[in-house]
Amino acid sequence: MGGFDFDVIERSVGYLFREGMTFTLTLTGMAALGGIVFGTLLAMMRLSSFRVLAIVATGYVNLMRSIPLLLVIFWFYFLVPYIGAWMTGSSQPIQVGAFASSVITFTMFEAAYYSEIMRAGIQSIPRGQVSAGYALGLDYWQTMGRIVLPQAFRNMIPILLTQTIILFQDTSLVYVLSITDFLGAASKIAQRDGRLVEMYLFAALVYFVISFSLSVVVKRLQQKIAIVR
Amino acid sequence: MKYNWNWGILWQTSADGHNSWLMTLVHGLGWTLSAAACAWIIALLLGSAIGVMRTTPSKWARRIGNAWVELFRNIPLLVQLFLWYFVLPEVLPKGMGDSLKQMAPPWGSFVPAVIGLGFFTSARIAEQVRAGIQALPPGQGMAGTALGLTLPQTYRHVLLPMAFRIILPPLTSETMNIIKNTSVALTIGLIELTAAGRSMQEFTFQVFEAFTAATAIYIIVNLVAVTLMRWFEKRVAVPGFIGPAAVGGGAH
Repeated sequence: MGGFDFDVIERSVGYLFREGMTFTLTLTGMAALGGIVFGTLLAMMRLSSFRVLAIVATGYVNLMRSIPLLLVIFWFYFLVPYIGAWMTGSSQPIQVGAFASSVITFTMFEAAYYSEIMRAGIQSIPRGQVSAGYALGLDYWQTMGRIVLPQAFRNMIPILLTQTIILFQDTSLVYVLSITDFLGAASKIAQRDGRLVEMYLFAALVYFVISFSLSVVVKRLQQKIAIVR
Repeated sequence: MKYNWNWGILWQTSADGHNSWLMTLVHGLGWTLSAAACAWIIALLLGSAIGVMRTTPSKWARRIGNAWVELFRNIPLLVQLFLWYFVLPEVLPKGMGDSLKQMAPPWGSFVPAVIGLGFFTSARIAEQVRAGIQALPPGQGMAGTALGLTLPQTYRHVLLPMAFRIILPPLTSETMNIIKNTSVALTIGLIELTAAGRSMQEFTFQVFEAFTAATAIYIIVNLVAVTLMRWFEKRVAVPGFIGPAAVGGGAH
């Protein structure tokens, strides 16, 4: 090893964060938001009294949870153009950019994991509250939207955030689609300048610092919520 | 929109010239399972040791254990594999590094993949072992001390046998995770199941047959693993204790 070269990091740090980290954080944010919304819907479907809805949602969640994320990434990368063509009625698979493709992939994949969390959250609310809602004359959506989900969501915030930290780390897997996320950017510089050691160690450090600080925040939050209760 | 389905492709000769594409996928499965099994052994041994350290009275053991878990939990698996594969041979003394780099394929990617996956998973298992030990009533450890057992004896005969039974369900999901996570090793060149599906897709252009077949194999493996672990759980259950509660959360 010919001496540690800090210079290559200094030279590329702007590119790494402006291009790479921006992509990583945008993808994480959008997929987390979409995943939580879709995951909550899946959880409601699983707990609904319509058997068909429950079976479809359970099947989807179990399918997503039994195959590796990388395979899901490949699946959606090729599937989304066909679905797009089917939806727009076009005869050719439509072109979908790398960014849109990864947002869809991560939203659909993480929704399965978020739905398990939200299901636990919904089930943590006493049945009596739902009955009370109906007794007051609220319909299903009002009961869910005003009584059950706000509490379920609040109870599950720490676990949802922990899952989001995992999602943040998982986004590094878009590397296989040659996308310039943070790791992709680091890897490009590493290969261009022949500085694998410095760039990969630096990438590891950045991921560690972000994930670790977030997990400390989550721990604090957990204690805070626990006291309020 | 039109896609030409051709399931017969699975029985056609693959790019290697003599096996069918289905056999290529089965070979991939073989590498997935062997990498997962080897990594699982490393993860269980290391994870148990670190998990135990985090519950001992020694402050330093606890600190090292916590640092270990935080380190391996907060870096993406892909980056960890890159560190083992690309960075380790460079920072080792030249002779050792070169011999690592010159390992014949597929061992050159298999060994770093197993080590990386093993260490990554060890942090998660350590967390569960710790939770399992702390889920036991504190009186059990004290009873061990009162009986005159040393600390290692208390762990060996009192705490660990129950703690491991408690954490069997999360260990089951960790087993699934390690099988699924093996796919990340395709980035350092291990031709496991996902990579085999991907190469079938690249050579034949039959995208959806390749991925459907790989998906089906993963689902079968999952079902088998869950059934085996359930059976094992029943076999080792201690009569008089109700089914163990789930510990831990988060996945992949």
